[in-house]
Parts: sequence; C-alpha cells; structure tokens
Amino acid sequence: MGMAIDRDDTQFHVLAVDDSLIDRKLIERLLKTSSFQVTAVDSGSKALEFLGLNNNDADDDEEYEQRDSNTESVSSDEDQDHQDLGLGVNLIITDYCMPGMTGYDLLKKIKKSSSFKDIPVVIMSSENIPSRINRCLEDGAEEFFLKPVQLSDVNKLRPHLMKGRSKDIDSSHKTTSTRLITSGN
Amino acid sequence: MDLAALKTQLKNFVQSMFEEGVLDNQFSQIQALQDSTNPNFVEEVITLFCNDAERIINEINRNLGYQNVDFSNLDSYVHQLKGSSSSIGANRLKLACANLRQASDERNKEGCLQALQLITCEYCLLRRKFQALLHLERSIVELETNQK
Repeated sequence: MGMAIDRDDTQFHVLAVDDSLIDRKLIERLLKTSSFQVTAVDSGSKALEFLGLNNNDADDDEEYEQRDSNTESVSSDEDQDHQDLGLGVNLIITDYCMPGMTGYDLLKKIKKSSSFKDIPVVIMSSENIPSRINRCLEDGAEEFFLKPVQLSDVNKLRPHLMKGRSKDIDSSHKTTSTRLITSGN
Repeated sequence: MDLAALKTQLKNFVQSMFEEGVLDNQFSQIQALQDSTNPNFVEEVITLFCNDAERIINEINRNLGYQNVDFSNLDSYVHQLKGSSSSIGANRLKLACANLRQASDERNKEGCLQALQLITCEYCLLRRKFQALLHLERSIVELETNQK
C-alpha cells in the first residue's frame, strides 16, 4: 500500500466552519488528532475572508475563469494572491445550518470561485434530510457527515486530500449517494 | 483515596450516567479525545457546554416571557441547544429539546413553557453530575501530578 507521492512531511490544512463553539472545539480536536493543521472560523463570511474572497469577490471571480486556475501554475496575480491569502487550505469542512450564510451557500460560492473550486468541501449537519444531503453532494460537496462527527468520519477525509495533492490522477468519482472511499493510495 | 480507586469511582460514575440515559456514547468519544497532549479536554468541553446551555436556556426563558412569542427565534435557540446536547452526549437533555421543538412548531406557548421546565430540570441534573465528574477528574489529575 505504498504511496507513490510521499508528501507527509507537509501537513494538510483544513478550514473548519461552524457557528457552534462546542462543535468548533470538537471538530478542531478531531482534526488535530488526525494530524491536520486546523483553522476554525464561526461563519461562512469569515471563511471567505480567510480564503481572501469577500462575498462580492466570490461572484466577480468568474472574470478570472478564462485564465488558468490551476494551483500549480503561476497564472494571474489575483489568483496567486487568493491562493496565498487562503494560506494553503486543502479542505473545507462546514456546518450546514448557520445564521446568515449556510454551509450550502458557502459551498456554492467556493465552487464558483476559479481559485478555490478545486478545494474539497465537506458538509456537516445534525439533521438527516436526504434531499438536503443529495443537493449538497450534487452541487459539489465531497462528503456529508451527520453530527456528532466521529473520528471515523474524519478518517474519510484523507483520500480527498491525497487526491488534491496528486492532481494529475483522473478524478471522476462523484456520486449522488453516500459513497464508499476506494483506496487509490 | 488512592489513584486506582478514584479512577474506578469515576468510571462507575460515568457508567451510571450512561445507564440512566443522562449521557450517551458521544460522551465516550469526547473522553477518548483527551490525552496527555490535551489533559483538560473533557473539562473544557463541559465548561463550554454549560456556559452555552445556560445562555440559551435564559434566552428561551426570556422569549417565552413575551406576550407574543417569536417562535422562529425560539426555534433557532432550541436547535442550538439540541445540537450542543447532541455533541456532548447529553442524551436526556437532547430529548427534552425535541419536546420544545415540537411545541414550538405547534406554536403552543403553554406547551413550550412545560417543555422548558423539563429542559431546565434535565440541565440542572446534568450540571450537578458534571460537577461531581469534574471533581473526580481533578482529584485524579492532582494525585497523578503528585506521584510524578
């Protein structure tokens, strides 16, 4: 099960978004236990701010679509600035139900952003509503976790992050139902 | 009391809370996240939870004191409390929140007041037990530190 690309010396950086103080503390601990670097914020707008996108930018970003949005290439200055400001975020995990901007709203904004659309987004919710889950997955969420989130859920994140590290590997893996992670490592 | 006996006492105490349905397995998950690098994790989570729960219960109380209750506002608070309860493994408190949610959905003020009483009851019970739990935890930590 050896990895072709061994980048374990660099920690993955996860941006966690949740308006609940307790849930933020828990997800942070779960992620750190799994050796992720964590930034936790309490709202979608703070998440966008951290990434270097303000609420308006997320829509304006469509201007940049004609340019390369690949993280590897040094394309436009604006894209590079956004990447730098995002401080190398490898995955975003967000609560669904938040005042103001929901996790779903945040997902949409991220997926509309040329700089950040390739960052995997995971949604968490305390409510098991199949239509909600399907909608999130269909609109680009990699996973949907029911709260309270467990360590076993967090362990499912690594394959998504490894995929991000080796972008050359074809990634046509999206399904609209709960998926099994197949090991590509 | 010696360290082993204290640890057993703590274990039994938590077990009794499971058996009474006051706590569920989620609390075990939280305990499992405590280790030498995060030796106060359980205490920190409990403290956060209690502060949060008290704030929310007070808000719900205040909301229900008005002639015209803002039920959507109330709903938001119940959702928060239910979420926190679930996250810490406070099983009975979580169930009590479901009652309030129901009454709020029905726009039943009287029902809400009754449900709030139950929530307050369950919370007070839980807080007492958490305080006892933390007391045991701290005694254990103290003994362990002294033994080093």
